[in-house]
Amino acid sequence: MTTTASTVPGVPAPVATEGSAPARRRRRGADQALVRYLFVAPAAVYVLAFFGYPIVKNLVMGFQAYDFTTFFTGHAPFIGLENYTATLTDPIFLRALRNTGLFTIGSIIGQFVIGMGLSLYFRRRFPLSGALRSMLLLPWLLPMIASAAVWRWILEQDHGVLNRVLTGIGLIQESIGWLTTSDTALISVIMVNIWLGIPFNVALLYSGLQAIPEELYEAGQLDGATGWKSFRHITLPMLRPVVGVVLLLGVIYTIKVLDLILGLTGGGPANATQTLATRSYEMSFIEFDFGRGAALSNILIVIALLFTVVHLRAGARAAEKG
Amino acid sequence: MPTRSTDVRTDAPITDTTRLSVDIIDSNRHARLPTLATDRPSATRHESRTPMSRTPTLTRRALGALAAPGLLALSGCGGGSAPTDPTDLRIVDYYSTPADDEAIESTFAACAEQLGLTFRREKVPGDQLIAKVLQMGSSRTMPDILMLDNPDLQQVAASGALVPLEDHGIYTDGFTDQVAELGRYEGTLYGVAPTVNTIALFCNTALLEAAGVAPPTTWDELREAARALTGDGVYGLAFSAIATYEGTWQFLPFMWSNGGDETAIAEPGTTEASALWAEFVAEGTASRGVVNWGQGDVMDQFKAGSAAMVVNGPWNIAGLKADVPDLPWEVVTIPVPTAGDDSVAPLGGEVWTVPVTGDEEKQKNAAALLKLFLSPQNQMAMGTARGTIPGDAAAAEEFAAASPDLSTFVQQVATARSRTAQLGPDWPRTAKAIYTANQQVLVDGTDPARAFAEAARTVD
Repeated sequence: MTTTASTVPGVPAPVATEGSAPARRRRRGADQALVRYLFVAPAAVYVLAFFGYPIVKNLVMGFQAYDFTTFFTGHAPFIGLENYTATLTDPIFLRALRNTGLFTIGSIIGQFVIGMGLSLYFRRRFPLSGALRSMLLLPWLLPMIASAAVWRWILEQDHGVLNRVLTGIGLIQESIGWLTTSDTALISVIMVNIWLGIPFNVALLYSGLQAIPEELYEAGQLDGATGWKSFRHITLPMLRPVVGVVLLLGVIYTIKVLDLILGLTGGGPANATQTLATRSYEMSFIEFDFGRGAALSNILIVIALLFTVVHLRAGARAAEKG
Repeated sequence: MPTRSTDVRTDAPITDTTRLSVDIIDSNRHARLPTLATDRPSATRHESRTPMSRTPTLTRRALGALAAPGLLALSGCGGGSAPTDPTDLRIVDYYSTPADDEAIESTFAACAEQLGLTFRREKVPGDQLIAKVLQMGSSRTMPDILMLDNPDLQQVAASGALVPLEDHGIYTDGFTDQVAELGRYEGTLYGVAPTVNTIALFCNTALLEAAGVAPPTTWDELREAARALTGDGVYGLAFSAIATYEGTWQFLPFMWSNGGDETAIAEPGTTEASALWAEFVAEGTASRGVVNWGQGDVMDQFKAGSAAMVVNGPWNIAGLKADVPDLPWEVVTIPVPTAGDDSVAPLGGEVWTVPVTGDEEKQKNAAALLKLFLSPQNQMAMGTARGTIPGDAAAAEEFAAASPDLSTFVQQVATARSRTAQLGPDWPRTAKAIYTANQQVLVDGTDPARAFAEAARTVD
């Protein structure tokens, strides 16, 4: 920011040669400072209004009895930690926490492994590779609600394509209630989320792979590092920073997935796919208990922040090592 | 209208994430918004989602979504309130389907002309109405006349946002008690429903004839009919047991007809009804899919001939006739435990209210307009146009004679109950406890007595 401000056109460089130079320099210094702040101001105001305010408001709401009536009366008394105790003792909380963990871990592993495999595959050039690779972006291009609706049809028990195909090829005898039984609902939701997350993983990992110099592989080949060995000792170490970013962003996106789950199961059946995000949404917008909803979403924010801190720490340590 | 619709759009950038999410969950809330169950153009609203939806901007969007309630309050701060012409009234409702829209608009137009008033209607998508009401409440920009889905009236009235209608000469004389009750909060009248609806049992007469069964009137007959009709890709019965208010709305006729009571849901009246539903699913006479079906999905099963009998409402009749004109059907009241019991279904429909705006003269004009709007003749006209049943008892009788398709619903409405009559603003909590318990019974095979005992504890 400093460099930008001092090279702003119209602000003369401090080359005073005569008169009360120090005074002028001081005034000019003040002017420059003002200019600098003015340049920073729009961004600062924007960040404060659209990111700072909501976060602070959400934090404060977590300590308030903020419900339906509050919108009309403006009355939201502070109730200390009541929202947090209520949230944490909510019978669904532990289940939602567990589901969030399974959903996040399952999705990340699936997305990453498949994404990595596809990136490596597309690293080789072959006819139509470009077209195929762009088709991989499809899940990204579709509105999530539309995808969720189509997946609901696919996974439908009686007439869904998936069950038809599986019974057709003799893999299963009886239709599976993918979204309607507790055991499979979470797995189904994770499967769809993996499908949704593959483009993101492929896009980042593929560009990461492109950045690895070909010479390394050639040198490796001379030393006998081919196949798995070259992947283990050349590709992975070179890809480490990209992998870190992919995993961190993946966790942050996945941990708060809301629309997909609402579109597929609405958190059901019998809370089998309820996560912290859907539960928080439910508390706020179905039960109109915005205070508790805010408390739960604060917990979610803290969890996401923890991952960010871990990532930043790891990044700093890697940088220190050089 | 144009100015108003831009008004709605101004908060789009801020609450975009919220709004999107509201859409999704609320699309499962048809029970509270029966008239919009089938023809809501939900896809169009989501087209604004870009392919960027999983790019790094999401980190910020995530925080935005989590902080949504704050934004909701914030976004309500835009509307200034310049002093306006007291004869120009602002009306907010959610009637956007052509038949509903036209009936409401023309009725208001005729009434306003008679009184020398003008009005602007603001149509909010059904699933966003409550969010909009909260916004308007916090920014003190409530309209002069507001429509609410009847179970929502209690909470809004409890917030002190509505004018007692009897102070302005609006009474419910001639209405059946249950319909009048829809608009009362703690004994005071805050809203009136010109027309109401409910649910009944649609039967595919071709399939019933082929199986040699008559439309069932008791639970035993329903069981037998469902068994006889099941097979060859067809389920005997379909209903919505989805984990939303809609699932509770469809459960109530079984629960209430069996003597179940929402103030004590752990009692046998309720658990037996739940066991009945579980029996259909366990026997395979109803699909396991019921736990994920909304009422629109249930009607689709009926249209496709995949379900021979379905629980549904009159708002889907127009679509049924249009989509499958050759499918022969009839409607009967929901079967009761034993012959001679009353079939008690829940009352659906929207109530019209006058919000507190602080402008006495406007409130008076709004009440005058509403009073005229609610006249029995208008109820009759709107009911006929929209396939809903007039709230006025005499008008309803006349209506039954004029529209035989709907006569069963008129009959079912006569004994139907308001969902909020006993619990008031606490109803949504119990409604949620009921659908949660039913999901446990149908999905996890939990014993109904245990599931509902647990549910009863959550509402204590």
